Amino acid sequence: MKHMEQLLYLIPLLPFLGFAITGLFGKSLSKTIVGSIATTMVFVPFVLSTILFFNLNHEHTEFYQNVYNWIHYAGLNINISFLVDPLSVMMMMIITGIGTLIHIYSMGYMHDDEGFYKFFAYLNLFIFSMLLLVMGANFIVMFFGWEGVGLCSYLLIGFWFKNKDYGKAARKAFIMNRIGDLGLLIGIFIIWNQYGSFEYADVFKSASMGGGSTALTIATFCLFIGAMGKSAQIPLYTWLPDAMAGPTPVSALIHAATMVTAGIYMIVRSSVLYNLSPDTLHFVAIIGISTSLFAAIIGLRQNDIKKVLAYSTVSQLGLMFLALGVGAYTSAMFHLMTHAFFKALLFLGAGSVIHAMSGEQDMRRMGGLKDKIKITYWVFTIGTFAICGFPLLSGFFSKDEILAAVFAESPFLWVLAFISSMITGIYMCRMYFVTFYGSFRGTKEQEHHLHESPSNMTIPLMILAFLSVVGGFLNLPHFVGEGAAQKLAEFLHPIFKYTSVSMLELDETTEIALMVLTTIGVLTVIYFTYKIYTKDASLPKEDHELKGLEKVIAHKFYIDELYDTLFVKPITWLGGFTHNIIEKRGIDGIVNGIGSSVRFSSSMVRLLQNGNIEYYFLGLTIGIVFIFILKLIL
Amino acid sequence: MAIILLFLPLLFALIHFLFKGDFAKKTALISSLIVLGCNIVLLTQFDSNHSFNFIEHSPWIHDLGISFDLGIDGLSMLMLLLTNVLVPIIIYSSFGDERKNSSVFYALILLMQFGLNGVFMALDGILFYMFWEITLIPIWLICAFWGAEDRIQITMKFFIYTFFGSLFMLLALIFTYSQTPDHSFALQSLYNANLSGTGLYFVYGSLFLGFAIKMPVFPFHTWQPDTYTTSPTQGTMLLSGIMLKMGIYGVMRWMLPLAPEASPSLAKWLMILSIIGIVYASIIALQKNDIKRIFAYSSIAHVGMIAAGLFSLNIDGWQGATFQMIAHGVNIVGLFFIVHIIEKRIQTRDLTHMGGIAKVAPRFAIFFMIITLGSMAVPLTDGFVGEFLLLKGIYNAHMWAGIIAGTSIILCAVYMLRVYQLSMFGETNSLTSTFTDINMQETIVLAIIAILVLVLGIFPNIIFELVNNSVQSIFQMTL
Repeated sequence: MKHMEQLLYLIPLLPFLGFAITGLFGKSLSKTIVGSIATTMVFVPFVLSTILFFNLNHEHTEFYQNVYNWIHYAGLNINISFLVDPLSVMMMMIITGIGTLIHIYSMGYMHDDEGFYKFFAYLNLFIFSMLLLVMGANFIVMFFGWEGVGLCSYLLIGFWFKNKDYGKAARKAFIMNRIGDLGLLIGIFIIWNQYGSFEYADVFKSASMGGGSTALTIATFCLFIGAMGKSAQIPLYTWLPDAMAGPTPVSALIHAATMVTAGIYMIVRSSVLYNLSPDTLHFVAIIGISTSLFAAIIGLRQNDIKKVLAYSTVSQLGLMFLALGVGAYTSAMFHLMTHAFFKALLFLGAGSVIHAMSGEQDMRRMGGLKDKIKITYWVFTIGTFAICGFPLLSGFFSKDEILAAVFAESPFLWVLAFISSMITGIYMCRMYFVTFYGSFRGTKEQEHHLHESPSNMTIPLMILAFLSVVGGFLNLPHFVGEGAAQKLAEFLHPIFKYTSVSMLELDETTEIALMVLTTIGVLTVIYFTYKIYTKDASLPKEDHELKGLEKVIAHKFYIDELYDTLFVKPITWLGGFTHNIIEKRGIDGIVNGIGSSVRFSSSMVRLLQNGNIEYYFLGLTIGIVFIFILKLIL
Repeated sequence: MAIILLFLPLLFALIHFLFKGDFAKKTALISSLIVLGCNIVLLTQFDSNHSFNFIEHSPWIHDLGISFDLGIDGLSMLMLLLTNVLVPIIIYSSFGDERKNSSVFYALILLMQFGLNGVFMALDGILFYMFWEITLIPIWLICAFWGAEDRIQITMKFFIYTFFGSLFMLLALIFTYSQTPDHSFALQSLYNANLSGTGLYFVYGSLFLGFAIKMPVFPFHTWQPDTYTTSPTQGTMLLSGIMLKMGIYGVMRWMLPLAPEASPSLAKWLMILSIIGIVYASIIALQKNDIKRIFAYSSIAHVGMIAAGLFSLNIDGWQGATFQMIAHGVNIVGLFFIVHIIEKRIQTRDLTHMGGIAKVAPRFAIFFMIITLGSMAVPLTDGFVGEFLLLKGIYNAHMWAGIIAGTSIILCAVYMLRVYQLSMFGETNSLTSTFTDINMQETIVLAIIAILVLVLGIFPNIIFELVNNSVQSIFQMTL
């Protein structure tokens, strides 16, 4: 057991090596070799994580390794140290597991791209950063990963850098994340001031003994600002839809399954602190439900299939934050996992559709694809039904668990969350039916090229489809009885040792009643969308046909324009004002005023200059030598 | 030993003044490498538990209490290493250029190195002042003779402005000297001087003026953007990479421990001034199009952060400032070399004329990215270590000060990524389509800098092991 603990560092190190090898030598290696190296460097950590997973049990609840001393001086000691407990191992398996699948998929998807090796280098760097984030045993290592994933996200969104808009989207993502990062950093400083340590073990232990305080409320609030940036919550969510500029596997891995869930992970990790700050938790719940509803409404009027999925991700993340806000940490983690399965599936499926459609992303130009690309169609069906919460699929269980937890806390919030899930059902089914049913609306050329993706793309899809079906059984509801129910909650239990989770338990009848209610809702939604978009064959409107509220929604409530007017333009103006008025006329004006009088008197001295450079240098050096001779004599 | 390290560059400078020839580049590089070797030998014999190693003490102008005192503690050693590592890099970075009177050019760089080494070793007030002024002359000549348009007027302003500050510094030193019990300019005696009342504030303020102009701290910075932009690349590198650290070093060694009694009432105002400078310079950098000027303003912002960390009078701020001096030195030299590479190829520094360079020069793009990341303080680069500790220190001094200073990490990302994106991304145009990727010599320079960026970021403790004791003990004196 002990020697295993000493090898924890290998898990992040391997993808880092993969990054270094593919980045430095990838250009001269064949694509197959580059792809295989990169994939192996993610798959081996997956195997290692699985081994760790099987070695975690009630006696042995965590592994810890202190790798080296990063900064040490009197008053501060920061270690690069890793902690693997049920929470981290769960995240590690999601990251490396889905990561491996997406690497394999990318070998097919990116096959003809000239930046193939660079793409895999960045992907490996991302896995490395993400592993740092979830494996760090203190807030600093987590912060390394936190900023690292933001950087990789920047590099990958702007991957096709010749397109100017993509570059802008990448920059926007990084800057919005940086705003959140500053919040996180301040939160970490407050934690240090409160507990004198960055280590999770110390901080959580002292916190659980100390109780809540205003400082702690502010600290948790600041940490949450970081989560808003990374997990795309109001008001820092606008970067995520733009991030769809990146290659589709990136959207699947970073902008759906892993990176954007970092905020959820961080709050669950700090559940001790959050439980002591009920005010922050309320705030988290409000932001969560607002984002969930807001993004879902925007999703109703998007026609780019990746954008629909992006808004759906924002919305689902909002739902997870809502769960955190009501203290249902395991439910949030459960949904995080099932969401990772079906959202990765949906994105990769969308990638396969886009691949088949020769790059088309607008669902209005698709249609009738169900007979043309059969595998993609079937896996997409599973993904769509899973996210809608179709009975017995993974999303059904995880979403119902959140809804039940919310209901126990506040029936009003439950109503909002219920509406949000129904809207999710509407726009997902709308996309699904418009894309796959009806008649083909693309060009002749596209029709001619229509083809199913190669097997290295479809196999990962099938594995994810399988997980999206069975994922829900990992955490069945209470009423199925002891032994089978709440497996995941049981597994995660040790991480809440300092958290007094006092969840309001619903009685069985209410829980089943809620489940029936949502099931009826989902089935109704599926029926009506089927009727509208398939039977009646109505299509989403063209942009110029939109008016009134529809137009406002299609333009995402003009939030980007609002931010531009509120922040970007004033700051740019201020920059110009500062430079032209304060700097040039103000400060430098005074300096030059004083300077001109000095210059006048120095003009006398300047008469000594005769323009012969050597003359000056000789005088200069003789002078210096003279001074030191003087020293020797005196 | 310290004497050898001090005078070796002077000797080499003299040789280069006397002999002219085309081989000056190579001999200058070899000279600077010998100096670096000498510095490394000193490092191997250095004991960081002692406060001052290699002490040299001989009376000089006895009647005035001036002596020739040299010594090296951890902080000095770090600054010497910064100087003597960067000088060979700076000299080597010029290998691709042709210029008139090149032997004089290199002689001046070596003379500058002599002055810098002196500044970081001097333990006597007058000696310190002398070396301080010695550095000004060669850098001024470098800028004035090899600079771009308008150089005469701009460098004259630079010279007068900094000289003006130095004079106040000299006055402060002399005044402090007059208050010493044993009438001596030795550092320790100056520390023991009985300063009080107006005298105390005069010393504090005058020293600040001298050092603040050199760094420069807002609002004494207006000479800097013009001078950085006009100077030849190597001049800008010397100014920003090493010379401005004299000001920071001065604050740490000669100002705050000399008149600590004035700090409780004044330090917080100086911190506020520094923080205003951070935000001020950052928002100007946001909308400039000349990349050299953007990096010049970014330097004001970064240095403002260092100054704020020192005046926060917090140990994290001090350790962070020390580390950041090195990190900033490495990063800014890299950035100005990047400007040099771009300007040499397309004869402009205007961002609006660039675009698509990453496509035609992928190797250049990688190094530019790494150095940009360092400058933006992304974790696991050198920039992060310093800024993290500085912000922690400033935050501990005052919450809002920390938050406002912290906005600079956002603003820095905005202007650095803007530069990177407008220059490297997008489609190539008629200017950039013929942009050739970096050659061997340029690759070596950038690779050394990139390695430093990463190694210092991943293993920062190598620096703290060297300086931590001496920074700690100097810091104690400022309280």
